[in-house]
Amino acid sequence: MDTAEKLIQMVLAIALFAGAMGLILMLVGRVRRRADIVQAFAFIVPAILLLAIGLIYPALRTAYQSFFDRTTEAFVGLANYQAMFERDDLLIVLRNTLFWVLVAPVTATVIGLIYAVLVDRTRFEAFAKALIFMPMAISLVGASVIWKFVYAHRPDQQGIEQIGVLNQILVWLGFEPQQFMLNAPLNTFLLIAILIWVQAGFAMTVLSAAIKAIPQDIVEAGRLDGLYGVKMFRYVTVPSIRPALIVVLTTISIATLKVFDIVRTMTGGQFETSIVANEFYTQSLVRGNYGLGAALAMVLFVMVIPIVIYNVRQMRKADIR
Amino acid sequence: MSAVQSTPETREGWDGTETVSPSARARKRLSSPGASTAAIIIAVLWTLPTFGLFLSSFRPEEEIKNNGWWNWFTDPQLTLENYREVLFGSRTELSTYVINSVAITVPSVVIPVSLALLAAYAFAWMKFPFRDTLFVAVFALQIVPIQIALVPLLQIFVDVGLNGTFWPLWIAHSTFALPLAVYLLHNFMRDIPVELIEAARVDGAGHVKIFGTIMLPLIMPAIAAFCVFQFLWVWNDLLVALTFAGSTSDVAPLTARIAELVGTRGTEWHLLSAGAFVAMIIPVLVFLTLQRFFVRGLLAGSVKG
Repeated sequence: MDTAEKLIQMVLAIALFAGAMGLILMLVGRVRRRADIVQAFAFIVPAILLLAIGLIYPALRTAYQSFFDRTTEAFVGLANYQAMFERDDLLIVLRNTLFWVLVAPVTATVIGLIYAVLVDRTRFEAFAKALIFMPMAISLVGASVIWKFVYAHRPDQQGIEQIGVLNQILVWLGFEPQQFMLNAPLNTFLLIAILIWVQAGFAMTVLSAAIKAIPQDIVEAGRLDGLYGVKMFRYVTVPSIRPALIVVLTTISIATLKVFDIVRTMTGGQFETSIVANEFYTQSLVRGNYGLGAALAMVLFVMVIPIVIYNVRQMRKADIR
Repeated sequence: MSAVQSTPETREGWDGTETVSPSARARKRLSSPGASTAAIIIAVLWTLPTFGLFLSSFRPEEEIKNNGWWNWFTDPQLTLENYREVLFGSRTELSTYVINSVAITVPSVVIPVSLALLAAYAFAWMKFPFRDTLFVAVFALQIVPIQIALVPLLQIFVDVGLNGTFWPLWIAHSTFALPLAVYLLHNFMRDIPVELIEAARVDGAGHVKIFGTIMLPLIMPAIAAFCVFQFLWVWNDLLVALTFAGSTSDVAPLTARIAELVGTRGTEWHLLSAGAFVAMIIPVLVFLTLQRFFVRGLLAGSVKG
């Protein structure tokens, strides 16, 4: 396909949907009034249909396939799930996923919170926030390229200079340059750092909005009680923005579980860096092991559920108060 | 960059700053030296990696490969050659993939927004059986990781012969965006005063008329918020792209191609650095111009990831 063809296809697709929308609206407009059910049906059916075919059916199918072997022909019961807790390489995948979900959300939230408080109502607040927020706009692939360059390693030989800033700093400090990406388990934490770098902006934005929403009289009351600086932060700011903190933590946790781009781009899951989301891709779409891939996808889903339940519970509590 | 400043307008009532007088505000600086140092360290850590790669993308190939970007300050040489090669050189030809990314992204934003607008209106303002149950079900679908749907969906596309075209990407992105889109737009539509709708009803307007003449104009900001969100999501996506288009095919987007380059040409930093910024320039521009809407969407609460 050449460029023109691609763009024509794009315009046609949009026109097709615009036409379908127009048709629905026109037909519904002709229905006599008070026939809410017919009209509502026409309004929701396109979306429901797409969700049923594109999300619900495939999800059920994946659940089903997770009990079958690699070619999805022979029923194997729970063998795929069992493998995850028995095979050494898959145990490492689970361990790494745990590292990710324990480290990334908390660190990103703490950094976002500290930064939001530090720059709050200063002269350069807008500019300072934009700096931290910018990584949100770029892809995780782009972020990975940026950090791969930071971690870049060149052999420690006469006449060869380091091009990665991290190794250069080591050299300046008198250490030997490291092959960071080959060095487990350090490499996993260096990958986690990339996600923290991306997500801190999200944490900062939401928390900054929450901080600005703290009623002024609460702050004043704290002042009268002699709270300043760290104490003000500990006893007034943090308790006041608790609901926002929970939203941020749970949102980043869910995002962390699903992140695949960073591991895929940086190491491809080699050198003991794989996580469930990446292993799913490797097993299903690279190795063609559909049964195990499906089981990994199910595990991903199951890991998300407790976080969501916790989030919903906390939100309910906040509402009641 | 000052667009962030407009953040406080995005929601009424949560900006507690108006009680602080302008002079008090001006007086407040980063008071303690410790606080300023911490803020500066974070700011540097967050900008230096990008800056290093950005500067490198303009350095001659020989320089990038043999010494660090900090050497540029003692030996400043700039060139656009890397960009020329990465965009049009036969080894990478990123310009083709830029077109692919555009062709994938625009329908993947327009289609879900249109479908979600209709559904959100029905959920917000029409009466029909099982409405609330159905809405909760759509809302709950947000938490389903898309990984769970990919392989069977790919099978469907192969069976019906759509594989290798843009359709799998458009349909997949649209489907995965719907739960969040319906939820977000429903919430904004619910906030429109009942009196407006009732008044229109009394004047004899049906749902279609109310939808087109009252609802659409009023929730334009919400639509914009979702569009920015979805645009960044689709443009920056790697998983859906790799699953349905691979990394070098006729329909593969920039992200997939660059991720592949990192694997196959991991030391060709003159190509990787320029390539990364080719992929970043459009989302960053969209982001900077429409940041207000993006922040609004973010604050309206989403668990998509």
